[in-house]
Amino acid sequence: MNIMPKVFLGCSFSLLAACTSLRGTGDLGVVIERGSGSVQIVETSNITALSQIDGLGDLSHASVVYSRDERYAYIFGRDGGLTKIDILTAKITKRIIQAGNSIGGAISQDGKLVAVSNYKPGGVKVFDSNRLELLADIPATYADGKQKSKVVGLVDAPGQRFVFSLYDAGEIWLADLSHGTPEITRFKNIGKQPYDGLITPDGRYYIAGLFGEDGLAVLDLWHPEQGVKRILNNYGRGSKKMPVYKMPHLEGWAMTEDYAFLPAVGRNEVLVVNRRNWKQVASIPVHGQPVFVMARPDGRQVWVNFAHPRNDTVQVIDTERLQVEKILKPGKAVLHMEFTPRGEHVWISARDAGKVTVYDTESFNVIKTVPMAKPSGIFFTNRAHRTGL
Amino acid sequence: MTSLLCSPVYSADSHTNDYQSLSKQRREELHNLLLQDCGSCHGMTMKGGLGPALTPDALSNKSRQMIEATILYGRPGTPMPPWNTLLTKEEVRWLVDTLYSGIAP
Repeated sequence: MNIMPKVFLGCSFSLLAACTSLRGTGDLGVVIERGSGSVQIVETSNITALSQIDGLGDLSHASVVYSRDERYAYIFGRDGGLTKIDILTAKITKRIIQAGNSIGGAISQDGKLVAVSNYKPGGVKVFDSNRLELLADIPATYADGKQKSKVVGLVDAPGQRFVFSLYDAGEIWLADLSHGTPEITRFKNIGKQPYDGLITPDGRYYIAGLFGEDGLAVLDLWHPEQGVKRILNNYGRGSKKMPVYKMPHLEGWAMTEDYAFLPAVGRNEVLVVNRRNWKQVASIPVHGQPVFVMARPDGRQVWVNFAHPRNDTVQVIDTERLQVEKILKPGKAVLHMEFTPRGEHVWISARDAGKVTVYDTESFNVIKTVPMAKPSGIFFTNRAHRTGL
Repeated sequence: MTSLLCSPVYSADSHTNDYQSLSKQRREELHNLLLQDCGSCHGMTMKGGLGPALTPDALSNKSRQMIEATILYGRPGTPMPPWNTLLTKEEVRWLVDTLYSGIAP
């Protein structure tokens, strides 16, 4: 357990930058410190925190995407803040407040557009990724055209497209920006209260989770003309309407070659689904209501964290035996997990324990802990080259 | 629900003494819960998110009992879950008082 002093590292990093030593960014990342509106720039080869950047506003549901050169991180804050950070020099390149209340963002296939999904005013705004200048404003109007829906589950898709869901309207919109001005295809009546969405790693299927009813809405982006279909009609809270203390995050859905591993809604289960026909194969009893269900890059393990109040635990599922093989206790309020690009380590944030713990994913030994202020999301730069992240 | 309907109407300061059974540590836990866990949907500044804003301004025209009942029993048809299995009524009153007076991070 080797805790390096932050100040020393911060200095050494800026000295490096000042000396113009060359370095790549493929082993860098950003950890959100949600309590203090700051982020830590981290480095995964030696597991160190390099630098802290503050002044980023309300980071209560913050997420990050990367430029395709892996140098710039775009941080989406709750308060509508969009901040572009240069992770090499540890400086804010540009920061704007683009809406009153937002939930997440995405970067386009070519890396030139950054889109943000907003609650207030509901809709999506698209900026050029270089200077963060507004290129397109897509209000999520519905019904009489006066109301605007909260927008969730915004992802990038191949062909300079963005896909997102309208929480209040029950719609999925496909926005094609390949010709400059957005061309919108609307899919109505996709189900009640879509609360999050994901795109499969190949960029073909967009899947929205529904809070207001059971089942999932799927759009095949190879065949949008076929419309939105329903799968897994028993997926959801069921007739009992179990209380859900934290919404599962669909972005973390684990996909192995044969199976998708899904967080059950309101139940202490991880569901295993056949990827070919979307039929449920098994349900694995777990410690609490799952939030993130993430596959190690090789698909051999699936790591799961849990909703309040059972959120001090992480469980590891063996994807052949479909059973929990390991129980870990990284500290109070585990919020997120991120694998190093090839999966030998996983970084786990424990908000109320004030630390990130790095585990060896084969031995499950703690390699190191790094103290942070209320850490939440962890985002490594290899996301830059993955559709939907 | 019966006990809730029968409970007296209280003002912001009339039941301050009710909290004597809440230890300093428990209050700190509740403060953290409000900021961090409630904040996941309502924002860390309580200006709203998937859930509505819970600033003193936003609550000024809402009844305290309604807010308490919402926390205890949830709001069907929305993602707001019932907290009565995790929090006592006294703890919920403390949360509501804290919201009405404005929570400082």
